Amino acid sequence: MRITKYVITSPLSAILPSDIAMLIYGSKHKDVFVKETCSGVMINGEAEVIDALVRDIRAMDPTGIFIKDRGFPPGDPRRCRGRRGGGARPGFYMIESESKMLPMISRALAETGEAGPEAVEEVIEKKPLKIKRLEEIVKEELS
Amino acid sequence: MAKVIIYPPTSMILFDLVDRMGHKALSFPEAVRKLATSDEIESPPLNVTPEEPKKGLRYAAVDVPSGVRGRMALIGPLIEEAEAAILVEDPGWLTGCAGCSRTNELVSLLIRTKGIPVLELRYPKDDSEAREFVRKIKAFLEGLK
Repeated sequence: MRITKYVITSPLSAILPSDIAMLIYGSKHKDVFVKETCSGVMINGEAEVIDALVRDIRAMDPTGIFIKDRGFPPGDPRRCRGRRGGGARPGFYMIESESKMLPMISRALAETGEAGPEAVEEVIEKKPLKIKRLEEIVKEELS
Repeated sequence: MAKVIIYPPTSMILFDLVDRMGHKALSFPEAVRKLATSDEIESPPLNVTPEEPKKGLRYAAVDVPSGVRGRMALIGPLIEEAEAAILVEDPGWLTGCAGCSRTNELVSLLIRTKGIPVLELRYPKDDSEAREFVRKIKAFLEGLK
């Protein structure tokens, strides 16, 4: 049975949807449909193939990649906004709302050790620069 | 591996956390897929046949809005299948163009009264709440093994 998964990247993650697509194109699995979206990628294929790919994709960034099930296949005319006259598809608002929490969940996953100690370092390194520190750097560089 | 129903039933965060911790998340897309990708489309475009409202009648009476019965036709069997549940309190954006408050109330009531282990949470608003959120889910799911 073919299934579809939605792979969503956290804003903290350095992984791009195209990186995920390239991983799939380069894998041994050939019968997988990939569609890039603004928040990640949709992947469609046989259940056992997709389950194996999910493990590989999550390993790219264990705390920054989130995966959920999707009922409709990618580009399905019943959901695709190109066929429905525009506007967000039903379900987008849930993803949009939860995406705002992903940086917090990524840090929490790293700190609780769910994704391994290497991931903690990776997430800590990616913390946004504080304004004060940025001002100090600017002063240092311009003085 | 336990079958854990998640609420909201379309939650990406809950689905991912349950899945990465080795359990099966029972979510809405799985129920939708059975109808939307069935080989035999009896009632296009969504393949909703007269059987669906009948399934919904098991959970909601005939005078209840048809949208509730339609949604319950998909969510009801998931609740019956569930061995545990993670419920996140409605953050205020579960009702809209595709949401239904009456269904949300009914789903949450049926899960709570089913007698399965239930973890009730709120969506986190800061880092400390997010750590607590993940820790509680992790401890709950480990307890199911």
